[in-house]
Amino acid sequence: MLAAIAIMALIAVFLGAVLGYASIRFKVEGDPLVDKIDALLPQTQCGQCGYPGCRPYAEAIAKGEADINLCPPGGEEGVAKLADLLGREAKPLDAEERPPQVARIDENICIGCTLCIQACPVDAIVGAAKQMHTVVASVCTGCELCLPSCPVECISMQPIPESIDTWKWKYPVVQLQEATRKAA
Amino acid sequence: MSLISAPHFRPEDSVRKIMLTTCAALLPGIAIYAWLIVPAILTQLLIASAAALAGEALMLKMRGKPLGLFLTDGSALLTAWLIALTFPPLSPWWLIVTGTLFAIIITKHLFGGLGQNVFNPAMMAFAVCIVAFPALMSQWPSPGLQLSFADQNRIIFGLSPLLDSIAGATPLDALKTALKREGTIGVPELLQNRQIYGALAGRGWEWVSSAYLLGGLFLLQRRIITWHAPVAFIVSLAALAGLLWWFDPSRFASPLFHLFAGGATIGAFFVITDPITGCATPRGQLIFGAIVGLLDYLIRVFGGYPDGVAFAVILMNIAAPLIDALTQPPVFGMKGKSP
Amino acid sequence: MMSKLKSDRPLYRFNGGVHPPGYKEQSTREPIAIAPLPQRLIVPLHQSIGGTPRPLVKPGDRVLKGQLIGAADGWISSTVHAPTSGIVRDIALHVQPHPSGLSALSVLIDVDGKEEWSERNPPDYASLTPDDIRRLIQQAGIVGLGGAVFPTHGKLTPSAKFPMEDLVINGGECEPYMTCDDMIMRERAEGIVRGAAIFRDLMQPKRVMIAIEDNKPEAIAAMRAAVQAVGEPFEVVPVPTLYPAGCAKQLIRVLTGKEVPVSRRSTDLGAQCFNVATAYSAWRAVCFGEPMISRVVTLTGNVGRAHNVEALFGTPIEELIALAEPKPDTDGILVGGPMMGFLAPDTAAPIVKSTNCLIAHSPDLFPPRAPEMPCIRCGECARVCPQDLQPYELYRFARARNFGKAQEYHLFDCIECGSCAYVCSSHIPLVHYFLFAKSEIWAREREKKAADQARDRFQAKQKREEREKAEKAEKLAKAAAAQAAKKAAEAANLGALDPEAAKKAAIAAAQERAQAQRAAAQPKNTEALTAGQQQEIAEIDARRAQAGVDHPESSS
Repeated sequence: MLAAIAIMALIAVFLGAVLGYASIRFKVEGDPLVDKIDALLPQTQCGQCGYPGCRPYAEAIAKGEADINLCPPGGEEGVAKLADLLGREAKPLDAEERPPQVARIDENICIGCTLCIQACPVDAIVGAAKQMHTVVASVCTGCELCLPSCPVECISMQPIPESIDTWKWKYPVVQLQEATRKAA
Repeated sequence: MSLISAPHFRPEDSVRKIMLTTCAALLPGIAIYAWLIVPAILTQLLIASAAALAGEALMLKMRGKPLGLFLTDGSALLTAWLIALTFPPLSPWWLIVTGTLFAIIITKHLFGGLGQNVFNPAMMAFAVCIVAFPALMSQWPSPGLQLSFADQNRIIFGLSPLLDSIAGATPLDALKTALKREGTIGVPELLQNRQIYGALAGRGWEWVSSAYLLGGLFLLQRRIITWHAPVAFIVSLAALAGLLWWFDPSRFASPLFHLFAGGATIGAFFVITDPITGCATPRGQLIFGAIVGLLDYLIRVFGGYPDGVAFAVILMNIAAPLIDALTQPPVFGMKGKSP
Repeated sequence: MMSKLKSDRPLYRFNGGVHPPGYKEQSTREPIAIAPLPQRLIVPLHQSIGGTPRPLVKPGDRVLKGQLIGAADGWISSTVHAPTSGIVRDIALHVQPHPSGLSALSVLIDVDGKEEWSERNPPDYASLTPDDIRRLIQQAGIVGLGGAVFPTHGKLTPSAKFPMEDLVINGGECEPYMTCDDMIMRERAEGIVRGAAIFRDLMQPKRVMIAIEDNKPEAIAAMRAAVQAVGEPFEVVPVPTLYPAGCAKQLIRVLTGKEVPVSRRSTDLGAQCFNVATAYSAWRAVCFGEPMISRVVTLTGNVGRAHNVEALFGTPIEELIALAEPKPDTDGILVGGPMMGFLAPDTAAPIVKSTNCLIAHSPDLFPPRAPEMPCIRCGECARVCPQDLQPYELYRFARARNFGKAQEYHLFDCIECGSCAYVCSSHIPLVHYFLFAKSEIWAREREKKAADQARDRFQAKQKREEREKAEKAEKLAKAAAAQAAKKAAEAANLGALDPEAAKKAAIAAAQERAQAQRAAAQPKNTEALTAGQQQEIAEIDARRAQAGVDHPESSS
């Protein structure tokens, strides 16, 4: 009896020591969870989640302050990925999902006030004071932050149409069920 | 229509063709079985087929799958035939029905139906029944059984009792008993009895096994199965049997006996070649077949059951996905390099 | 001369492959016809792998046959030429011969029927450097005509590290129904040999092999005769007919035993492969100055008169297939072969550089696919896969949208040849699953890239704002200090100086500041402009005035 207790205690001490050593030896610097969450967010920096940018939202999720279904650009798929990473239950998106879009400045109306340039989180608008502004479509994230800043409402959001380069093959199963029904 | 992808034409091959060809390859074995051993095996085949199709139809209906498509795919029929051929031929009808329904409903459909089952349904049926009904599952007709077809059917349907004089142990069982009662009677002396043991491994049974072998060669020729798993199984079973036989021929039977006894040949060509529950890579099939052969021998000779194919296959079914994952062949251009 | 269908050189084999029926005889009975000029051509700008060419013409321009209308965008990009003379009606989106049925930017040309060539000046081949020839081939818009349409000039540089050993001219043409390469080899063998000689001069290989599947004895004989006539030491090698032996990787394997992994270029193993039609076009370009404006297309399938035609790029599919007299029960047009092609979503789409074959589709010739059954892992797909993949595993992962695992099982080594789906006893459209998985992975990579870019730009902006804030604060502090010092000095001077003079000085200083401010507010990039830019600015101003918008200067 005593021997058994002693052996168990010894094993416990030994394993504890191993664990303790491992936690020092393999210590991970920083908070990788925030980085991992941040990597899943679409980086539109739109603030629609209520946080000033994607990273603050990631930090809030990591701390457990924010829910995972607040990011409309990420869509349902983004929620699913976050749920997967965090082992939480996937929830329906707390907003409407939005197709990809890009901002466009109506150059006939733009007065060159530079307000949108300051509002753009990713410097996707070029122009100077009293010069016409334009959106660099390839870096625009479609966050809509420039819309309220424009005093003459010359910015509009345009959906990005599907092109041959971005077209995706559809999942085959749905079509197959149709084919099966027809054959049956 | 425009999204139907290439290729736009294809040869007439189907799951049905594979399954029914495999059934056809069992026919020589069935013929010899009915002729030399027990004609009532035909009754058992009918019972099993009916039970399998009924169970399949029920499950398809419940799962909302197209009945016509899946019921005629032949997979249930093949399972039924394998069950009938591996169960004792004079076992009561309800035993076959129980085994078949267990195979179809639990082993097959509850795991997701055709293509999704983890375990070989026929072998699961055998294993479950031998555990649940050990006595019934070890009553094999005595060699040289003199009973009319009608009498045999009466036994199957429970109209007349199965007498001890009619039923007995299989040659494999007798050998194991001999091994355990060390020294009372040697294996060579036992096998001297041609009345019971025939030329090789049981009177009549050796011919049934040979017929299965023939069917297997037919499947190989039709490219329904590949040589890997059967050859690995036979080689490993024969090698182990040969080693022990060479070591002590008075206690262990020859490799030839083991190859033609029990379910060795039907297992080699019709069970471990089941693509759904076995391995798919060539190297995986070699490993799978070899380990089944090994386990089969160990269970036969040292285990508690007369034949070990069913348990060996079920054990290896669990390991098959892992073996497949570890034996992925190198892709084009990466041979001889680490992936 | 009876052609020998056995190769002298030892051949290798690749694993797998299938033997679909050929259906090739029907379209080889007639010689290659020249398609009549269509009324209108739709010339897509993007017809090859690589960057999209920039349009060089405007609506209303007259273009000549062979005139450059799309300039290459970078080195891995090709050019596009007007296939015949006419007027550019528009540069607009037009439906493409693509499974998506989507549109892309195309030059629409109203054909004038005069076939007026732009200036062709065949260069003196002997005086050209290899770089000249590569540039010439790019300028002529030569791309691989086997179907992959990779810009040919990009494949014509031997590896610096590995000696070039085998140059393969690919006359495999393993797809059923397709005979365009077969007919080119029969009728234009000499041109192919001369084109191969150009490639040889650029690549300097140890040997040149012209590989032809042994189901084309006429082509083998014609090529052998041409090699002899031209007097080149090329070897015409008949290879066993086995789909997909016409794929470059598999053909290189058959001829040399070398296996080119997906991650490497074939030149890294000292081999390179060109299609026979590409070699012919390269010869026309280098020795006659003719850019690539047409190709031979097989018209076959459910038609009355299956044959091959030489068709201009931009000819609508429906006009071209009409030449073969499709039968009334035709219910679609397959673009490409039956193993890898697709049903054209819209037959108004033009034929392009990659269009090698049009097949009239009918339910009799191509019965609808039987319903999909579950995979039973029979492994037949793995046994026929020429890339040694395990399609049943890839299918499992693609179906479950487990894309990471699919990539682990080498999804991107799949060449989409269709052999697996061809033999699948469960009738699973395996290639469709793989295409689906691939395009999903690509989309994810695009999204990831966009997100990374946005993150970088956002962080850069934040850093810049912080820096600016700090700088501003510093400036303000300095200004305040200066002000204080000035005040102190003024207070000290006040008594000494005439107050009137001090006021004047202050006014002058304020004026000076205002001047400086105005100068600063003026856009700095309006000086030293070219006449064109000045004019553009004037035009913009005019537009603004028209739109009732104040001139930026006048509004302030």
